[in-house]
Amino acid sequence: MSLTPEQVRGIAHLARLRIEAEDEARYAATLSRILDFVAALDRVAVAGVAPMAHPLDALSNDGQRRRPDQATEPDVRAAAQANAPKVEAGLYLVPKVIE
Amino acid sequence: MDAAPHTRTVAELGALLDAGECSSVELTRAFLDRIARHGAALNAFITVTPERALAEAAAADARRKAGERGALLGVPFVHKDIFCTAGVRTTCGSRMLESFVPPYDATVVERLKRAGMVMLAKANMDEFAMGSSNETSFFGPVRNPWDTTKVPGGSSGGSAAAVAARLAPMATGTDTGGSIRQPAALTNLTGLKPTYGAVSRHGMIAFASSLDQAGTLTRTAEDAALVFQAIAGFDPRDSTSVDRAVPDYRAALGAGVKGLRIGVPPEFFDPGLDKRVAQAVRDALDEFSRQGAMVVDVHLPNLAHSVPVYYVVAPAECSSNLARFDGVRFGHRCESPKDLTDLYMRSRGEGFGAEVKRRIMTGTYVLSAGYYDAYYLKAQKVRQLIADDFRRAFERVDVILGPTTPTPAFGLGEKTDDPVTMYLNDIYTIGVNLAGVPAMSLPMGFVDGLPVGMQLIGDYFAEDRLLAVAHAYQQATDWHRRAPEGFA
Repeated sequence: MSLTPEQVRGIAHLARLRIEAEDEARYAATLSRILDFVAALDRVAVAGVAPMAHPLDALSNDGQRRRPDQATEPDVRAAAQANAPKVEAGLYLVPKVIE
Repeated sequence: MDAAPHTRTVAELGALLDAGECSSVELTRAFLDRIARHGAALNAFITVTPERALAEAAAADARRKAGERGALLGVPFVHKDIFCTAGVRTTCGSRMLESFVPPYDATVVERLKRAGMVMLAKANMDEFAMGSSNETSFFGPVRNPWDTTKVPGGSSGGSAAAVAARLAPMATGTDTGGSIRQPAALTNLTGLKPTYGAVSRHGMIAFASSLDQAGTLTRTAEDAALVFQAIAGFDPRDSTSVDRAVPDYRAALGAGVKGLRIGVPPEFFDPGLDKRVAQAVRDALDEFSRQGAMVVDVHLPNLAHSVPVYYVVAPAECSSNLARFDGVRFGHRCESPKDLTDLYMRSRGEGFGAEVKRRIMTGTYVLSAGYYDAYYLKAQKVRQLIADDFRRAFERVDVILGPTTPTPAFGLGEKTDDPVTMYLNDIYTIGVNLAGVPAMSLPMGFVDGLPVGMQLIGDYFAEDRLLAVAHAYQQATDWHRRAPEGFA
Protein backbone atom coordinates (compact mmCIF):
# COMPACT_ATOMS: atom_id res chain seq x y z
CA MET A 1 0.00 0.00 0.00
CA SER A 2 1.46 3.30 -1.02
CA LEU A 3 -0.46 6.49 -0.26
CA THR A 4 0.07 9.46 -2.55
CA PRO A 5 0.52 13.00 -1.19
CA GLU A 6 -2.91 13.71 -2.67
CA GLN A 7 -4.49 10.90 -0.61
CA VAL A 8 -2.74 12.27 2.47
CA ARG A 9 -4.31 15.67 1.77
CA GLY A 10 -7.70 13.96 1.49
CA ILE A 11 -7.31 12.12 4.81
CA ALA A 12 -6.00 15.26 6.50
CA HIS A 13 -9.04 17.16 5.28
CA LEU A 14 -11.41 14.48 6.62
CA ALA A 15 -9.61 14.78 9.97
CA ARG A 16 -9.64 18.61 9.73
CA LEU A 17 -5.85 18.75 10.10
CA ARG A 18 -3.76 21.30 8.27
CA ILE A 19 -0.62 19.58 6.94
CA GLU A 20 2.14 21.72 5.49
CA ALA A 21 2.93 20.92 1.85
CA GLU A 22 6.57 20.11 2.66
CA ASP A 23 5.42 17.48 5.20
CA GLU A 24 3.05 15.61 2.86
CA ALA A 25 5.69 13.26 1.45
CA ARG A 26 6.86 12.27 4.94
CA TYR A 27 3.30 11.56 6.11
CA ALA A 28 2.65 9.60 2.90
CA ALA A 29 5.73 7.45 3.58
CA THR A 30 5.08 6.81 7.28
CA LEU A 31 1.33 6.23 6.87
CA SER A 32 2.02 3.79 4.02
CA ARG A 33 4.50 1.99 6.26
CA ILE A 34 1.89 1.70 9.03
CA LEU A 35 -0.80 0.44 6.63
CA ASP A 36 1.61 -2.16 5.21
CA PHE A 37 2.38 -3.26 8.74
CA VAL A 38 -1.26 -3.66 9.79
CA ALA A 39 -2.01 -5.48 6.51
CA ALA A 40 -0.56 -8.55 8.28
CA LEU A 41 -4.08 -8.93 9.66
CA ASP A 42 -5.31 -9.94 6.19
CA ARG A 43 -3.78 -13.37 6.76
CA VAL A 44 -5.63 -14.08 10.03
CA ALA A 45 -8.69 -16.33 9.73
CA VAL A 46 -11.65 -14.81 11.60
CA ALA A 47 -14.68 -16.60 10.14
CA GLY A 48 -17.42 -16.72 12.76
CA VAL A 49 -15.53 -14.52 15.25
CA ALA A 50 -17.56 -11.69 16.78
CA PRO A 51 -15.83 -8.29 16.79
CA MET A 52 -14.66 -7.12 20.23
CA ALA A 53 -15.18 -3.40 20.83
CA HIS A 54 -14.17 -3.36 24.51
CA PRO A 55 -13.37 -5.82 27.33
CA LEU A 56 -16.51 -5.11 29.38
CA ASP A 57 -18.44 -8.21 28.33
CA ALA A 58 -15.74 -10.34 29.94
CA LEU A 59 -15.69 -8.19 33.07
CA SER A 60 -19.26 -7.79 34.17
CA ASN A 61 -22.64 -9.32 33.51
CA ASP A 62 -24.30 -6.09 32.46
CA GLY A 63 -21.70 -5.12 29.81
CA GLN A 64 -21.68 -1.37 29.43
CA ARG A 65 -23.70 0.20 32.20
CA ARG A 66 -26.50 2.70 31.54
CA ARG A 67 -27.80 5.31 33.92
CA PRO A 68 -31.15 7.02 34.30
CA ASP A 69 -31.49 10.15 32.15
CA GLN A 70 -31.25 12.57 35.06
CA ALA A 71 -29.14 15.66 35.56
CA THR A 72 -26.36 14.88 38.03
CA GLU A 73 -23.86 17.68 37.43
CA PRO A 74 -24.25 21.32 38.49
CA ASP A 75 -24.14 24.12 35.89
CA VAL A 76 -20.46 24.83 35.26
CA ARG A 77 -20.80 26.93 32.11
CA ALA A 78 -18.83 29.88 33.44
CA ALA A 79 -16.00 27.66 34.66
CA ALA A 80 -15.93 25.75 31.38
CA GLN A 81 -15.93 28.92 29.32
CA ALA A 82 -12.94 30.25 31.23
CA ASN A 83 -10.91 27.94 28.94
CA ALA A 84 -12.50 29.07 25.69
CA PRO A 85 -10.39 31.04 23.20
CA LYS A 86 -13.21 33.50 22.51
CA VAL A 87 -16.49 34.07 24.37
CA GLU A 88 -18.88 36.94 24.62
CA ALA A 89 -22.05 37.18 26.71
CA GLY A 90 -21.78 33.48 27.54
CA LEU A 91 -21.51 32.50 23.87
CA TYR A 92 -18.62 30.86 22.02
CA LEU A 93 -17.47 33.01 19.12
CA VAL A 94 -16.49 31.49 15.76
CA PRO A 95 -16.00 32.97 12.29
CA LYS A 96 -19.22 33.74 10.43
CA VAL A 97 -20.74 30.51 9.07
CA ILE A 98 -23.75 31.85 7.12
CA GLU A 99 -23.28 34.78 4.77
CA MET B 1 13.58 14.45 60.53
CA ASP B 2 14.78 11.44 58.50
CA ALA B 3 18.17 12.09 56.89
CA ALA B 4 17.29 10.82 53.42
CA PRO B 5 13.52 10.70 52.91
CA HIS B 6 14.00 10.40 49.14
CA THR B 7 15.41 6.88 49.64
CA ARG B 8 12.20 5.77 51.38
CA THR B 9 9.21 4.03 49.89
CA VAL B 10 5.64 5.26 50.23
CA ALA B 11 5.04 2.67 52.98
CA GLU B 12 8.16 3.75 54.88
CA LEU B 13 7.26 7.45 54.62
CA GLY B 14 3.76 6.73 55.89
CA ALA B 15 5.29 4.89 58.87
CA LEU B 16 7.65 7.81 59.61
CA LEU B 17 4.69 10.18 59.59
CA ASP B 18 2.67 7.84 61.81
CA ALA B 19 5.56 7.64 64.29
CA GLY B 20 5.73 11.43 64.38
CA GLU B 21 9.36 11.37 63.22
CA CYS B 22 8.74 14.00 60.60
CA SER B 23 5.93 16.16 59.26
CA SER B 24 4.45 16.15 55.79
CA VAL B 25 5.65 19.74 55.34
CA GLU B 26 9.23 18.62 56.04
CA LEU B 27 8.95 15.70 53.62
CA THR B 28 7.39 17.89 50.97
CA ARG B 29 10.19 20.48 51.32
CA ALA B 30 12.79 17.72 50.96
CA PHE B 31 11.24 16.41 47.74
CA LEU B 32 10.69 19.92 46.33
CA ASP B 33 14.40 20.58 46.95
CA ARG B 34 15.31 17.46 45.00
CA ILE B 35 12.98 18.45 42.18
CA ALA B 36 14.60 21.89 42.07
CA ARG B 37 18.03 20.24 41.89
CA HIS B 38 17.38 17.43 39.38
CA GLY B 39 14.02 18.04 37.67
CA ALA B 40 15.25 20.26 34.87
CA ALA B 41 18.16 18.02 33.84
CA LEU B 42 15.74 15.14 33.31
CA ASN B 43 12.90 17.36 32.00
CA ALA B 44 10.63 15.13 34.07
CA PHE B 45 8.00 17.77 34.82
CA ILE B 46 5.74 20.10 32.88
CA THR B 47 4.44 22.01 35.90
CA VAL B 48 5.82 22.03 39.45
CA THR B 49 3.35 23.17 42.13
CA PRO B 50 5.36 24.02 45.28
CA GLU B 51 2.86 26.37 46.97
CA ARG B 52 -0.03 24.04 46.48
CA ALA B 53 2.11 21.11 47.68
CA LEU B 54 3.08 22.90 50.89
CA ALA B 55 -0.55 23.86 51.54
CA GLU B 56 -1.65 20.25 51.00
CA ALA B 57 1.17 19.07 53.28
CA ALA B 58 0.09 21.48 56.03
CA ALA B 59 -3.47 20.23 55.66
CA ALA B 60 -2.28 16.62 55.94
CA ASP B 61 -0.30 17.48 59.08
CA ALA B 62 -3.42 19.08 60.55
CA ARG B 63 -5.46 15.95 59.77
CA ARG B 64 -2.85 13.80 61.54
CA LYS B 65 -2.80 16.16 64.50
CA ALA B 66 -6.57 15.75 64.74
CA GLY B 67 -6.03 12.01 65.12
CA GLU B 68 -6.52 10.82 61.55
CA ARG B 69 -4.23 8.02 60.31
CA GLY B 70 -3.69 6.69 56.80
CA ALA B 71 -0.92 4.96 54.89
CA LEU B 72 -0.87 7.74 52.30
CA LEU B 73 -1.76 10.73 54.50
CA GLY B 74 0.91 13.39 53.95
CA VAL B 75 3.04 11.38 51.49
CA PRO B 76 4.20 13.41 48.46
CA PHE B 77 3.83 12.19 44.87
CA VAL B 78 3.55 13.28 41.23
CA HIS B 79 0.62 13.10 38.78
CA LYS B 80 1.07 12.34 35.11
CA ASP B 81 -0.09 15.47 33.28
CA ILE B 82 -2.98 13.53 31.72
CA PHE B 83 -5.11 13.74 34.89
CA CYS B 84 -7.27 16.85 35.17
CA THR B 85 -6.39 18.87 38.26
CA ALA B 86 -8.82 21.68 39.14
CA GLY B 87 -6.99 24.99 39.04
CA VAL B 88 -3.67 23.49 37.87
CA ARG B 89 -2.98 23.48 34.15
CA THR B 90 -3.19 20.07 32.51
CA THR B 91 -1.45 19.85 29.15
CA CYS B 92 -1.36 16.14 28.24
CA GLY B 93 2.08 16.97 26.80
CA SER B 94 0.50 18.97 23.98
CA ARG B 95 0.59 22.50 22.64
CA MET B 96 -3.16 22.03 22.14
CA LEU B 97 -3.65 22.18 25.93
CA GLU B 98 -0.66 24.39 26.78
CA SER B 99 -2.82 26.76 28.82
CA PHE B 100 -5.77 24.54 29.70
CA VAL B 101 -6.82 24.79 33.36
CA PRO B 102 -9.44 22.14 34.16
CA PRO B 103 -12.49 23.23 36.12
CA TYR B 104 -12.65 19.85 37.89
CA ASP B 105 -10.52 17.04 39.34
CA ALA B 106 -10.21 13.60 37.77
CA THR B 107 -11.59 10.86 40.02
CA VAL B 108 -8.04 9.54 40.55
CA VAL B 109 -6.98 13.05 41.63
CA GLU B 110 -9.98 13.41 43.92
CA ARG B 111 -9.35 10.03 45.58
CA LEU B 112 -5.65 10.65 46.25
CA LYS B 113 -6.55 14.07 47.66
CA ARG B 114 -9.05 12.42 49.96
CA ALA B 115 -6.34 9.97 51.06
CA GLY B 116 -4.23 13.03 51.94
CA MET B 117 -1.46 12.60 49.36
CA VAL B 118 0.51 15.74 48.48
CA MET B 119 0.91 16.57 44.79
CA LEU B 120 4.37 17.98 43.99
CA ALA B 121 4.16 18.37 40.23
CA LYS B 122 2.59 17.30 36.92
CA ALA B 123 4.88 14.92 35.05
CA ASN B 124 6.00 15.18 31.44
CA MET B 125 4.62 12.59 29.01
CA ASP B 126 4.32 11.73 25.34
CA GLU B 127 1.80 14.00 23.64
CA PHE B 128 -1.70 12.65 24.40
CA ALA B 129 0.09 9.50 25.67
CA MET B 130 1.03 8.55 22.11
CA GLY B 131 4.60 7.34 22.24
CA SER B 132 6.97 4.79 23.74
CA SER B 133 9.96 7.03 24.43
CA ASN B 134 8.60 10.32 25.80
CA GLU B 135 10.03 12.06 22.74
CA THR B 136 6.68 13.25 21.32
CA SER B 137 6.01 15.70 24.18
CA PHE B 138 5.54 19.34 23.13
CA PHE B 139 7.59 20.14 26.25
CA GLY B 140 10.62 18.18 25.06
CA PRO B 141 11.94 14.68 25.70
CA VAL B 142 12.49 13.22 29.16
CA ARG B 143 15.85 11.66 29.99
CA ASN B 144 16.43 8.32 31.69
CA PRO B 145 18.14 8.80 35.08
CA TRP B 146 20.09 5.54 34.53
CA ASP B 147 21.74 7.06 31.44
CA THR B 148 20.70 10.52 30.32
CA THR B 149 21.48 9.72 26.67
CA LYS B 150 18.69 7.09 26.79
CA VAL B 151 14.91 7.39 26.74
CA PRO B 152 12.94 6.65 29.93
CA GLY B 153 10.22 4.91 27.90
CA GLY B 154 6.75 6.27 27.39
CA SER B 155 4.22 7.48 27.49
CA SER B 156 4.51 7.86 31.30
CA GLY B 157 8.20 8.80 30.91
CA GLY B 158 8.19 11.83 33.22
CA SER B 159 6.43 9.81 35.93
CA ALA B 160 9.04 7.04 35.60
CA ALA B 161 12.05 9.38 35.55
CA ALA B 162 10.73 11.23 38.62
CA VAL B 163 10.35 8.08 40.74
CA ALA B 164 13.53 6.43 39.45
CA ALA B 165 15.55 9.57 40.28
CA ARG B 166 13.98 9.66 43.75
CA LEU B 167 12.27 13.00 43.09
CA ALA B 168 9.03 11.46 44.35
CA PRO B 169 8.25 8.09 45.93
CA MET B 170 5.31 7.45 43.59
CA ALA B 171 3.80 8.73 40.38
CA THR B 172 0.52 8.03 38.67
CA GLY B 173 0.56 6.83 35.08
CA THR B 174 -1.74 5.58 32.37
CA ASP B 175 -1.32 2.56 30.16
CA THR B 176 -3.02 2.17 26.77
CA GLY B 177 -0.48 -0.18 25.17
CA GLY B 178 2.30 -0.39 27.74
CA SER B 179 2.71 3.22 28.89
CA ILE B 180 3.15 2.29 32.57
CA ARG B 181 4.91 -1.08 32.23
CA GLN B 182 7.44 -0.16 29.54
CA PRO B 183 8.81 2.98 31.29
CA ALA B 184 8.78 1.05 34.59
CA ALA B 185 10.94 -1.65 32.97
CA LEU B 186 13.36 0.87 31.46
CA THR B 187 13.85 2.77 34.75
CA ASN B 188 13.88 -0.08 37.32
CA LEU B 189 10.43 0.54 38.77
CA THR B 190 7.37 -1.45 39.71
CA GLY B 191 4.51 -0.54 37.37
CA LEU B 192 0.90 -1.66 37.75
CA LYS B 193 -1.61 -1.56 34.86
CA PRO B 194 -4.90 -2.61 36.48
CA THR B 195 -7.83 -4.45 34.87
CA TYR B 196 -9.83 -2.34 32.41
CA GLY B 197 -12.64 -0.77 34.44
CA ALA B 198 -10.87 -1.11 37.81
CA VAL B 199 -9.87 2.55 38.06
CA SER B 200 -12.12 5.39 36.90
CA ARG B 201 -11.18 7.15 33.67
CA HIS B 202 -13.24 10.22 34.59
CA GLY B 203 -11.06 13.29 34.12
CA MET B 204 -8.24 11.27 32.54
CA ILE B 205 -7.75 12.76 29.08
CA ALA B 206 -8.87 10.08 26.63
CA PHE B 207 -6.62 8.52 24.00
CA ALA B 208 -8.20 5.12 23.19
CA SER B 209 -11.18 4.61 25.47
CA SER B 210 -11.44 0.82 25.22
CA LEU B 211 -7.77 0.44 26.23
CA ASP B 212 -6.82 3.35 28.54
CA GLN B 213 -6.35 2.50 32.20
CA ALA B 214 -4.80 4.42 35.11
CA GLY B 215 -2.20 2.88 37.40
CA THR B 216 0.94 3.44 39.42
CA LEU B 217 4.73 3.71 39.16
CA THR B 218 6.41 2.91 42.47
CA ARG B 219 9.57 1.24 43.70
CA THR B 220 7.83 -1.70 45.38
CA ALA B 221 4.77 -3.90 44.97
CA GLU B 222 3.75 -2.92 48.50
CA ASP B 223 3.56 0.74 47.46
CA ALA B 224 1.60 -0.20 44.35
CA ALA B 225 -0.89 -2.03 46.62
CA LEU B 226 -1.28 0.99 48.90
CA VAL B 227 -1.93 3.45 46.09
CA PHE B 228 -4.06 1.10 43.99
CA GLN B 229 -6.22 0.55 47.09
CA ALA B 230 -6.94 4.27 47.16
CA ILE B 231 -7.73 4.77 43.47
CA ALA B 232 -9.57 1.50 42.66
CA GLY B 233 -13.31 1.08 42.82
CA PHE B 234 -16.57 2.00 41.19
CA ASP B 235 -17.22 5.51 39.92
CA PRO B 236 -20.66 6.40 38.52
CA ARG B 237 -19.02 9.12 36.40
CA ASP B 238 -17.26 6.55 34.19
CA SER B 239 -19.66 4.33 32.24
CA THR B 240 -16.93 1.68 31.90
CA SER B 241 -16.17 1.58 35.62
CA VAL B 242 -16.97 -1.89 36.98
CA ASP B 243 -19.08 -2.02 40.16
CA ARG B 244 -17.29 -4.59 42.25
CA ALA B 245 -16.00 -4.88 45.83
CA VAL B 246 -12.36 -3.80 46.27
CA PRO B 247 -10.34 -6.32 48.30
CA ASP B 248 -7.65 -5.39 50.85
CA TYR B 249 -4.56 -5.44 48.61
CA ARG B 250 -2.02 -4.89 51.37
CA ALA B 251 -3.42 -7.78 53.37
CA ALA B 252 -3.11 -10.01 50.28
CA LEU B 253 0.60 -9.21 49.78
CA GLY B 254 1.85 -12.08 51.94
CA ALA B 255 0.12 -14.90 50.03
CA GLY B 256 3.41 -16.22 48.61
CA VAL B 257 3.87 -18.32 45.48
CA LYS B 258 3.87 -21.89 46.85
CA GLY B 259 1.89 -24.03 44.41
CA LEU B 260 1.39 -21.11 42.04
CA ARG B 261 1.15 -22.10 38.37
CA ILE B 262 3.22 -19.71 36.26
CA GLY B 263 2.59 -19.84 32.52
CA VAL B 264 5.51 -18.99 30.26
CA PRO B 265 4.37 -18.54 26.64
CA PRO B 266 7.07 -19.28 24.04
CA GLU B 267 5.55 -16.44 21.96
CA PHE B 268 7.30 -14.00 24.33
CA PHE B 269 10.68 -15.43 23.35
CA ASP B 270 10.76 -14.31 19.71
CA PRO B 271 13.92 -13.49 17.73
CA GLY B 272 13.53 -9.78 18.63
CA LEU B 273 14.16 -10.50 22.32
CA ASP B 274 17.65 -9.66 23.59
CA LYS B 275 19.19 -12.95 24.79
CA ARG B 276 20.35 -11.34 28.02
CA VAL B 277 16.80 -10.16 28.76
CA ALA B 278 15.60 -13.72 28.08
CA GLN B 279 18.22 -15.02 30.53
CA ALA B 280 17.05 -12.56 33.19
CA VAL B 281 13.49 -13.92 32.76
CA ARG B 282 14.80 -17.48 33.22
CA ASP B 283 16.69 -16.42 36.36
CA ALA B 284 13.49 -14.89 37.75
CA LEU B 285 11.64 -18.15 36.99
CA ASP B 286 14.32 -20.04 38.93
CA GLU B 287 13.67 -17.79 41.92
CA PHE B 288 9.92 -18.50 41.74
CA SER B 289 10.62 -22.25 41.44
CA ARG B 290 12.82 -22.07 44.54
CA GLN B 291 9.86 -20.53 46.35
CA GLY B 292 7.61 -23.41 45.34
CA ALA B 293 5.92 -22.17 42.14
CA MET B 294 5.41 -24.44 39.13
CA VAL B 295 6.32 -23.40 35.62
CA VAL B 296 3.70 -24.46 33.06
CA ASP B 297 3.81 -24.26 29.26
CA VAL B 298 1.07 -22.13 27.88
CA HIS B 299 0.44 -20.59 24.47
CA LEU B 300 -0.79 -17.23 23.26
CA PRO B 301 -0.90 -18.10 19.53
CA ASN B 302 -2.39 -14.77 18.42
CA LEU B 303 -0.03 -12.56 20.41
CA ALA B 304 2.00 -11.73 17.30
CA HIS B 305 -1.07 -9.97 15.85
CA SER B 306 -1.44 -7.66 18.82
CA VAL B 307 0.69 -4.79 17.52
CA PRO B 308 -1.10 -4.60 14.12
CA VAL B 309 -4.50 -4.86 15.86
CA TYR B 310 -3.51 -2.11 18.26
CA TYR B 311 -2.38 0.22 15.48
CA VAL B 312 -5.83 -0.03 13.92
CA VAL B 313 -7.96 0.07 17.09
CA ALA B 314 -6.03 2.72 19.06
CA PRO B 315 -5.74 5.25 16.19
CA ALA B 316 -9.43 4.70 15.31
CA GLU B 317 -10.46 5.53 18.88
CA CYS B 318 -7.94 8.38 19.05
CA SER B 319 -9.26 10.01 15.88
CA SER B 320 -12.75 10.02 17.44
CA ASN B 321 -11.65 11.16 20.90
CA LEU B 322 -9.42 13.96 19.62
CA ALA B 323 -12.19 15.35 17.39
CA ARG B 324 -13.25 17.34 20.46
CA PHE B 325 -10.21 19.62 20.05
CA ASP B 326 -11.79 22.05 17.62
CA GLY B 327 -10.35 25.39 18.69
CA VAL B 328 -13.81 26.57 19.79
CA ARG B 329 -14.56 25.51 23.36
CA PHE B 330 -11.09 25.04 24.82
CA GLY B 331 -7.52 24.44 23.73
CA HIS B 332 -5.38 26.11 21.09
CA ARG B 333 -6.95 28.39 18.47
CA CYS B 334 -5.09 29.70 15.42
CA GLU B 335 -4.75 33.43 14.72
CA SER B 336 -7.37 35.17 12.51
CA PRO B 337 -9.18 32.18 10.94
CA LYS B 338 -10.81 33.06 7.64
CA ASP B 339 -13.73 30.66 8.09
CA LEU B 340 -14.82 27.79 10.32
CA THR B 341 -13.00 25.08 8.33
CA ASP B 342 -9.81 27.12 8.41
CA LEU B 343 -10.25 27.55 12.17
CA TYR B 344 -10.56 23.78 12.67
CA MET B 345 -7.73 22.86 10.33
CA ARG B 346 -5.15 25.37 11.45
CA SER B 347 -5.99 25.13 15.18
CA ARG B 348 -5.56 21.34 15.01
CA GLY B 349 -2.61 21.52 12.62
CA GLU B 350 -0.75 23.88 14.98
CA GLY B 351 -1.95 22.33 18.25
CA PHE B 352 -1.01 18.70 17.54
CA GLY B 353 2.49 17.30 16.99
CA ALA B 354 3.56 14.96 14.18
CA GLU B 355 2.90 11.63 15.95
CA VAL B 356 -0.57 12.68 17.11
CA LYS B 357 -1.41 13.82 13.58
CA ARG B 358 -0.13 10.54 12.19
CA ARG B 359 -2.37 8.56 14.53
CA ILE B 360 -5.42 10.73 13.87
CA MET B 361 -4.88 10.25 10.13
CA THR B 362 -4.36 6.48 10.52
CA GLY B 363 -7.58 6.32 12.51
CA THR B 364 -9.48 8.50 10.06
CA TYR B 365 -8.33 6.27 7.21
CA VAL B 366 -9.24 2.92 8.82
CA LEU B 367 -12.68 4.25 9.77
CA SER B 368 -13.42 5.83 6.40
CA ALA B 369 -16.01 4.51 3.94
CA GLY B 370 -14.72 1.49 2.05
CA TYR B 371 -11.98 0.67 4.57
CA TYR B 372 -13.93 0.18 7.78
CA ASP B 373 -14.59 -3.56 7.29
CA ALA B 374 -11.12 -4.37 5.99
CA TYR B 375 -9.29 -2.62 8.82
CA TYR B 376 -11.38 -1.71 11.84
CA LEU B 377 -13.87 -4.58 11.89
CA LYS B 378 -11.14 -7.07 11.05
CA ALA B 379 -8.94 -5.75 13.86
CA GLN B 380 -11.82 -6.04 16.34
CA LYS B 381 -12.27 -9.70 15.38
CA VAL B 382 -8.57 -10.45 15.82
CA ARG B 383 -8.76 -8.58 19.13
CA GLN B 384 -11.35 -11.15 20.22
CA LEU B 385 -8.95 -13.98 19.29
CA ILE B 386 -6.23 -12.40 21.44
CA ALA B 387 -8.63 -12.02 24.39
CA ASP B 388 -9.67 -15.68 23.91
CA ASP B 389 -5.99 -16.73 24.09
CA PHE B 390 -5.69 -15.11 27.52
CA ARG B 391 -8.99 -16.61 28.70
CA ARG B 392 -7.84 -20.12 27.73
CA ALA B 393 -4.41 -19.59 29.28
CA PHE B 394 -5.92 -18.56 32.62
CA GLU B 395 -7.91 -21.80 32.73
CA ARG B 396 -4.52 -23.53 33.17
CA VAL B 397 -2.30 -21.04 35.00
CA ASP B 398 -2.53 -18.41 37.74
CA VAL B 399 -0.18 -15.85 36.20
CA ILE B 400 1.71 -15.45 32.94
CA LEU B 401 5.32 -14.33 33.04
CA GLY B 402 7.60 -12.91 30.37
CA PRO B 403 9.74 -9.90 29.54
CA THR B 404 8.23 -6.40 29.56
CA THR B 405 10.36 -5.10 26.68
CA PRO B 406 12.63 -6.77 24.09
CA THR B 407 15.67 -4.68 25.09
CA PRO B 408 16.82 -2.22 27.74
CA ALA B 409 16.36 1.53 27.15
CA PHE B 410 17.36 2.75 23.68
CA GLY B 411 19.02 6.04 22.78
CA LEU B 412 17.23 9.37 22.42
CA GLY B 413 16.49 9.87 18.71
CA GLU B 414 17.31 6.24 17.87
CA LYS B 415 13.79 5.16 16.83
CA THR B 416 12.10 8.41 15.88
CA ASP B 417 12.47 8.01 12.09
CA ASP B 418 10.35 4.91 11.62
CA PRO B 419 7.05 4.73 13.55
CA VAL B 420 6.76 0.94 13.14
CA THR B 421 10.17 0.33 14.77
CA MET B 422 8.99 2.45 17.70
CA TYR B 423 5.62 0.63 17.88
CA LEU B 424 7.34 -2.79 18.05
CA ASN B 425 8.90 -1.80 21.34
CA ASP B 426 5.49 -2.52 22.91
CA ILE B 427 5.17 -5.99 21.39
CA TYR B 428 4.90 -7.80 24.76
CA THR B 429 2.66 -5.27 26.51
CA ILE B 430 -0.08 -4.44 23.98
CA GLY B 431 -1.96 -7.77 24.09
CA VAL B 432 -2.77 -7.13 27.76
CA ASN B 433 -4.58 -3.88 26.92
CA LEU B 434 -6.48 -5.47 24.04
CA ALA B 435 -7.75 -8.22 26.38
CA GLY B 436 -8.27 -5.81 29.31
CA VAL B 437 -6.43 -7.99 31.85
CA PRO B 438 -4.13 -6.56 34.57
CA ALA B 439 -0.32 -6.72 34.44
CA MET B 440 2.76 -5.47 36.23
CA SER B 441 6.38 -4.82 35.36
CA LEU B 442 9.02 -5.56 37.99
CA PRO B 443 12.77 -4.94 38.12
CA MET B 444 14.58 -8.23 37.32
CA GLY B 445 18.20 -7.28 36.64
CA PHE B 446 20.49 -5.25 34.42
CA VAL B 447 21.82 -5.50 30.86
CA ASP B 448 24.75 -3.24 29.96
CA GLY B 449 24.17 -1.36 33.22
CA LEU B 450 20.57 -0.60 32.28
CA PRO B 451 17.55 -2.05 34.10
CA VAL B 452 15.23 -4.60 32.51
CA GLY B 453 11.77 -5.67 33.67
CA MET B 454 9.69 -8.81 33.84
CA GLN B 455 6.04 -8.69 33.07
CA LEU B 456 3.49 -10.51 35.23
CA ILE B 457 0.03 -10.85 33.73
CA GLY B 458 -3.07 -11.90 35.65
CA ASP B 459 -6.68 -12.78 34.96
CA TYR B 460 -9.37 -10.08 35.20
CA PHE B 461 -9.33 -8.44 38.66
CA ALA B 462 -6.47 -10.66 39.89
CA GLU B 463 -4.40 -7.64 40.97
CA ASP B 464 -4.26 -9.06 44.51
CA ARG B 465 -2.49 -12.16 43.15
CA LEU B 466 -0.13 -10.15 40.91
CA LEU B 467 0.83 -7.92 43.81
CA ALA B 468 1.47 -10.94 46.06
CA VAL B 469 3.67 -12.62 43.44
CA ALA B 470 5.58 -9.38 42.90
CA HIS B 471 5.96 -8.87 46.64
CA ALA B 472 7.28 -12.44 47.10
CA TYR B 473 9.91 -11.78 44.42
CA GLN B 474 10.92 -8.46 45.98
CA GLN B 475 11.33 -10.09 49.40
CA ALA B 476 13.98 -12.39 47.89
CA THR B 477 15.74 -10.00 45.49
CA ASP B 478 17.12 -6.49 45.68
CA TRP B 479 16.98 -5.32 42.06
CA HIS B 480 14.16 -2.90 42.91
CA ARG B 481 16.27 -1.26 45.64
CA ARG B 482 19.02 -0.16 43.26
CA ALA B 483 19.20 3.53 42.47
CA PRO B 484 20.79 5.24 39.48
CA GLU B 485 24.19 6.81 40.14
CA GLY B 486 23.90 10.47 40.96
CA PHE B 487 20.37 10.03 42.29
CA ALA B 488 20.97 7.57 45.17
